Amino acid sequence: MREVYVVGIGITSFSRLEYPLSEIAAYPAMQAMKECGLSKIDHLFVANMGASRINQQTALASAVVDTLSLTPAGAEAIENGPASGASAIKTGFMAVASGVHDVVMVTGAERMRAVNNLEATDFVATLSHPLAEYIYGVTLPSLAGMFTRLYMEKYGVTSRHLAMVAVKNHDNAMLNPFAHLHQKITVEAILDSPEAETNNPFVADPLRFFDCCPVSDGGACVILASKEVAQDVAKRNKKPIVRLTGIGQATDTHAVQERENPTDLLAVRGAAQQAFKMAGVKPSDVNVAELHDAFTILEIVESEEVGFFKKGEGHLALEKGLTSLTGQIPINTSGGLKGKGHPVGATGIGQAHEIVTQLRGEARKRQVKNAKIGFTCNFGGFGNNVVCLVFARED
Amino acid sequence: MAIELETILRPVDHPVPPFPPKYMQVASGEMMVVRQIDREEVPELLPHVEPLLHVERDYYDIVSARVYAELLAYYRHRVQDEYVLVAQIDGELAAIVNGRFLNADVGVSYHTLALRRGLRVGAHAFAAKMEYHIDIVKQKEVLIVAESPIGFRRWMIEYQLEKRFEVAHELGGVPSWALTKEIFDKARETLVVGRRPVPEALLKKAQAAILPPSSPPKPPQDLLAATRAMNDPTGTSLMLQRWKQEGKV
Repeated sequence: MREVYVVGIGITSFSRLEYPLSEIAAYPAMQAMKECGLSKIDHLFVANMGASRINQQTALASAVVDTLSLTPAGAEAIENGPASGASAIKTGFMAVASGVHDVVMVTGAERMRAVNNLEATDFVATLSHPLAEYIYGVTLPSLAGMFTRLYMEKYGVTSRHLAMVAVKNHDNAMLNPFAHLHQKITVEAILDSPEAETNNPFVADPLRFFDCCPVSDGGACVILASKEVAQDVAKRNKKPIVRLTGIGQATDTHAVQERENPTDLLAVRGAAQQAFKMAGVKPSDVNVAELHDAFTILEIVESEEVGFFKKGEGHLALEKGLTSLTGQIPINTSGGLKGKGHPVGATGIGQAHEIVTQLRGEARKRQVKNAKIGFTCNFGGFGNNVVCLVFARED
Repeated sequence: MAIELETILRPVDHPVPPFPPKYMQVASGEMMVVRQIDREEVPELLPHVEPLLHVERDYYDIVSARVYAELLAYYRHRVQDEYVLVAQIDGELAAIVNGRFLNADVGVSYHTLALRRGLRVGAHAFAAKMEYHIDIVKQKEVLIVAESPIGFRRWMIEYQLEKRFEVAHELGGVPSWALTKEIFDKARETLVVGRRPVPEALLKKAQAAILPPSSPPKPPQDLLAATRAMNDPTGTSLMLQRWKQEGKV
């Protein structure tokens, strides 16, 4: 198996983007191509979840490859719910590692704000079990609310811990020019003040407004290449070389109710273990991580399941500041889904973009010192299809 | 002659009790003061509203143009029984809400213009406006319309307003919705906040000057920027545009 490198990255701001979906996918791709100076792409993977449902567009990859004038390169779309982005990176990895292709573009895009918030919530809910969940009105916030309640009772997580995640990630997002939410918040104002109930109303008890990520449009891209290509690019652009050293993917029951222990996210655990094993590193070797905090509780739980902290102790690590920008393992330096935004199909690639930026030392005010190994966890469904990636800077 | 004509053109306002100022903490942790202004302060507001006429996003252009006209009409006595409330954070203008009293029982909501986003300042200011009509002036109902989808979600859906479609609203002649005292009572616990009295220092700071918003709503990114970026050798036009808007380059 050949080694696979990230030679180019690009991203749009995550916010509301009033452009055709194919342009949202194409713009970061152009940035990435410009950055690495490569104009020939062997194959294109386009990550997206909702084009056919909310944008009335199918065959998105065909549109994107043509928008980029990259024909006759092969192109196809990858849909794996909110984990589409990392799934597409994993597929791109396999294409290069296998020797089938030398240069693969993985670009993701979503335009969720083309519909109103109710329709967007319903669209995302279609990833739930159609007969056991969706028909009963289950939405992702409602699943997350029940999950959070159980987790609180079992492990002592409190609303204050959840608010601390939100505050940390909003603070990080303030340092990221591409983030959706540039809005400082405080624990006192969203939890303690007489106005807290109005500032931060319940969405799905115990989850409140600031426990939920925004609905975002956005696109992100990485270009993956073989070692020979990466070395050639590095000679030209003088950027540190970043290698995609580990990939892992695992699944869990479609309906959450069928899990033996609903507070265990076994797919997260399994995907992370695979990725770390392949990369030959331990969780404690990771310097910076992007976890899938679509809801604040998920950052805490994923930080345990991937092995950064013991089960049930993620919130204690948060209390100690271990996950802050200057902590032992900074989590969601980009602002995470909570602050940077969550254009579902592009999210996993956005996470990779942040990690590569960190490993290159290009993250400006949110730069983690001496970051050499980075990790991403892209959480599909309600933990039923998860992809984890490990990246390493090669000095 | 000119003076006589002015007395005909200038409506006479009915006496109503003033809105007692209140304050609240917003999600950023800052304290926001909501207070009534009189005509003399209107010239301070206008320069902060005018730039929004050029923000073609979330109906800021239409709403701010109408608010500008309503403020001017209030200042120059060309509207009857209008009032204006402002919300300020650290002196900075965060929101403007206004309306008028149609008669003793019925109020008309004009506009809610939020100049800071993401903190529910518009929602807080709107609630204060309804409080003025229902609790302070003791009106039975307020006629409301929304010009933007955001307004529709905030008012018609969150408050569950009643349809009053047989009544054409003063804004555009469109069918009205109504907030009654009963609806307002139901909303009090979750949507209406504020503490009184406002600490003296906080109130004085607000009254001293209406400062321009430090982070006002911005125009949307150029709709053609992405297309142009196709031929942009730097490939960064969108990113640069955003950074420029935010003063980061």
